[in-house]
Parts: sequence; structure tokens; C-alpha cells
Amino acid sequence: MLNYILKRIILLAPILLLVSLITFSILYIIPGDPAETILTGPGGAADPKAVEEFRVKMGLDRPLHIQYLKWLNNVLHGNFGYSYMTEQPVLDPILPAFRATLKLAVASMILSLLISIPVGIISAIKQYSLIDNLSMTGALLGVSMPNFWQGLLLILLFAVYLGWFPVAGYGENGDFEHLVLPAITLGTSSAAITTRLMRSSMLETIRQDYIQAARAKGLSERVVIGKHALKNALIPVVTVAGLNFGYLLDGSVVVETIFAWPGIGKLMVGSIYMRDYPMIQGCILFVALVYVAVNLVVDILYTFLDPRIRYETKAKAK
Amino acid sequence: MADFVSQFRENRTALVGAAVILLLVLVAIFAPQLAPHNPIKASLGDRLSAPSEKYPLGTDHLGRCVLSRLLYGARISLAVGVVVVGVAAAVGVALGIISGFYGGVLDEIIMRLVDAMLAFPSIFLALAIAGTLGPGLGNVMIAIIVVEWTRYARVMRGSILSVKENYYVEAARALGASDFYVVTQHILPNAIAPIIVVATLGMAPVILAATSLSFLGLGVQPPTPEWGMMLNDGRLFMRRAPHLTTFPGVAIMITILAFNLLGDGLRDALDPRARTEKELR
Repeated sequence: MLNYILKRIILLAPILLLVSLITFSILYIIPGDPAETILTGPGGAADPKAVEEFRVKMGLDRPLHIQYLKWLNNVLHGNFGYSYMTEQPVLDPILPAFRATLKLAVASMILSLLISIPVGIISAIKQYSLIDNLSMTGALLGVSMPNFWQGLLLILLFAVYLGWFPVAGYGENGDFEHLVLPAITLGTSSAAITTRLMRSSMLETIRQDYIQAARAKGLSERVVIGKHALKNALIPVVTVAGLNFGYLLDGSVVVETIFAWPGIGKLMVGSIYMRDYPMIQGCILFVALVYVAVNLVVDILYTFLDPRIRYETKAKAK
Repeated sequence: MADFVSQFRENRTALVGAAVILLLVLVAIFAPQLAPHNPIKASLGDRLSAPSEKYPLGTDHLGRCVLSRLLYGARISLAVGVVVVGVAAAVGVALGIISGFYGGVLDEIIMRLVDAMLAFPSIFLALAIAGTLGPGLGNVMIAIIVVEWTRYARVMRGSILSVKENYYVEAARALGASDFYVVTQHILPNAIAPIIVVATLGMAPVILAATSLSFLGLGVQPPTPEWGMMLNDGRLFMRRAPHLTTFPGVAIMITILAFNLLGDGLRDALDPRARTEKELR
């Protein structure tokens, strides 16, 4: 088991190196000279002297590979660079922003599972019934509905017309009132995907022989589905938990922008408007690292949940 | 092939998807004939008016006809979808072939690059690239292509690996066929079906990503009509003119839905596993 975890971590090293290279390159796809682009205000061309000073200060005058190694060294020491706007470390705003995003993502994920698991199960055991057709149509609409539009409609209905929830904002430290609408927006669109998965996984499970055997034993349908089938049908849902998290992170970009939720998506969009490139770099690197870590944890959890995987890797090792 | 056609015919929802897409294409082509007004001509006297006989879907904050803008907007979204999917698929297929056919170091490099790209949540990466390149439709398309090619590379590599082992490939080689001949004449035709499915299913996320980035102000610049940008413009007038936050969203959803229906149908028709599952029922 430990071997498996170690192996997974070692395999990550080349990927993380490439991730850092991709992130670093983002600064160098700016059309033209970054220092000039940044200092050119709406008023006109930048002062050449200021450009030169800025270049030296930010280390942009050194050869590219030196810049990369220096940047990588800093990153490994927990320094993701300095904002062009505030000249403070970019991690200072990233960490609290990520906490806000995490709060939204967790709330959305809980909501998504609360919807998708029961609906998926009912759809599967009552395949082709009215309720199955309705929930599958709903899921299809949910998959096809853009997050930003759903968010706007929720604001229109529940904030503007009914006034039940605030239009946008974070309130005092992201309280429940402010959390509801963005979490519904993100959670329902994620639920649309997970419900379909839950249904097809349950459909496959209830055709297995051991389910037949459990029924033959005289167990009630409740025990057969709730105990024997559910455990196995949930495995694919856990497997995609990592992907699902990535989906929630992606969705947070527009949802946070619409609801003025001060998370990492909104921070990223804001720094794009401000052309604060180190902040963009910091956000994208941080998000990628978190995403990689989450996927690693999901993979490891998965081997605990499904012993078959462990045996397989063991058998292969022999 | 006949099997495929009959399978596809049976799937009514996929047919509906195909019909809607055809309709959207016609709308995009004939937008100038169909639009009741000039989509970019402001008429400040008619600002934010509700749907009426003159303006069937109302007007926006500059008094421009929403219906006309929606019709013209179909051009942008469909063109972006086709171009991005086309280029991403071409790049991905080429790299997938190199990776699967030659193997070795090249395979290792390409596949690790794919893994690294997949380590980023895709909208975040596209946003970072499009944001750094600057606003503009071209930059948004480049950003999405950079993110999207990986799925084609992976699928193509997988197909190649399985097709490569067939006797007819070995036979062609024994007859002295060149790499190029083997790939284009024997491997590609047998490996292309999954790519078509992936490309059809790939249209929806591409159009969604492009409208999202436009919604954030990075895509098409005013006054060109684009659905995501129209939603963003309408956001400020939500209370006074709710039709501005309604209709562009409906247009996006119908488009995405149609591609999802068609993609699901194609997958069921081309994927033998899904087919047997259906027969079992």
C-alpha cells in the first residue's frame, strides 16, 4: 500500500515540473515586452527609464532559463512571486481567496451529492418510468445550461423579485445567506453530471450475479439496493470525485464573478483586468497544485474503498 | 455502416439534436436575411424596450434589436466551435499518431505533456492564456485550442495502439509499405470513428468555454454581437429589462443541448459496448 502511494508521488514529479514550465511560460506569451506592456497606461507610451528600472527590479533583464530557475527555486520555498499592483507576495491574497472558494466548492459538492445519489438510485431502479424520464431530462438540461446564465436567473428570481437572498457578496465571512445562491448554481450543474453517472453505475450493478444471489437469499429489496448494490455503485462516483472537484473549480470562475464571491476565480479574473501577471501565474499554479493533490488523495482513497484495485496492482507487481 | 445508420435512426433524440444544429447553421448563414434590424445599429430612443411587434425580443441598453443580435450571434458561436474543434482535433490527432505509432521517447514526452495539461482545471488555464494574450476572439480561440487538443491526442493514441497490432498492418508492412502509407491507408480509417464522437461531444464544452470567456469580457469586442457578451451587458439592467438576461441564455442552452444530444447518439451508435448494453434490455 505504502509502495503504491510512493510510486504515485514519484510519478507526479515530471508532471509537476511540466506544470511549472507551462505556468512560467504564461508570462512570456504576452505580445511584446512585458515590462513595456505593463507600464503602458491609458495615457500613452511608457517612460523608457521606468521600463528599464522595472525590468531590473522584476528580474526580467536576465536570460530566460535563469529567470525560470530562480522562479522555480522561489516557488519551492513558498514564494510565488510579487504582485505588480501591490508589490506584496501574491500568496497573501491567494490563500484567503482559496479558503472562500473551498467553502463554496464544499457546499456545492454536498448539495450535488444530496441530489444526485438519491435521484440516480431511483432512476435506476425505476428505469424508463416517468420519474426516470423526468430526472434524466432535468440532468440533460442541467448539463447544457451555462453556469453564468443559471446564476443570473437565480439572482433574478430569488434576489431581485422575491428578495429572499442577497443579490451578491460575501457578507460577514461568507455566511449562509450569501452562500445559498452560488452554491445552488454550482451544485446543481455538478449534480446533473453525477446523477447520470450514479444511474448508469446503479443499472450496471443491479444486473450483477451477487445482487441476484442477495435477492434469492430472501433479503428485502431495501437491503439489496441500500446495502449490497449501493456500496458498489458508489465506486465510480468516488473515482470521479477528483474530476468533479476540477469541474467545481472551473465553475467558480464565472460563479464567483457573478456573485462577487471573493474566491480564487474572482481573484484571477480581477488580476487579468489589472494585467497583474505574477498574480495570474500564482493563481493558476496554486489551483493546479491543489487539483493535483486532490486527485492523488482520491486515487489513494479509491484503493481503500475498492480492494480489487489493490489486488490488481499486487498481482501485476508479482 | 448500414448498421450504424439504422442504429442512429433509432435514436430519436440524436435526430432532434442534428435537426436543431442544422437549423442553427441555416440561421447563421441567413442571419442578414432573417434579422429584422441591423444588429449593431444603436437607436437610443428605443433603449431597453420590452418585446414588442417592432422588436420581437426587445432591445438592449443601446436600443439594438435583441433578436437580430441573437441571430448574428449564432455565427460567432458556431464558427468558434467548428474552428476550435477542427484545429484542436487536427493537432491532437497528429500528436496522437506520432505518440502511438512511433512510441518510445516521443510517446513519453507527448503523453507527459498531456498529463501536465490535464493537471490544470481547463477553464482556469484557458482563462490565464486568453487573459495574458489580451482580449479578442482570436486569443480566446487559441486559449481553448491549447486546452482542448489533449483529449484528441489521448483517444487517437489509444486507437492507434489497438489498430497497430492487426495482421493487415503487418501484411502491409511486409509488402514494403511506408510509414506514411500504413498510417493514412490502414490505421487512420480504422481509428477515426472515436475521434468523430469525441469531436461532436467536444463542441458543447468549446462553445460553453468561449461564451464564458466572452461573458468575462475577454472574447469578441463590442459592438459585434455574441451571446456570452450579451448576457454580461444585460446583467446591469436585470431589474428593468429581464429579457436581456433571458434570451441569450436560451440561445446558448439550445445550442449546447443540441450538440450534447447528437454527441450522445453518435457515441451510442458507434460504441459497440453501449450497443450490446441496449440489446440486453
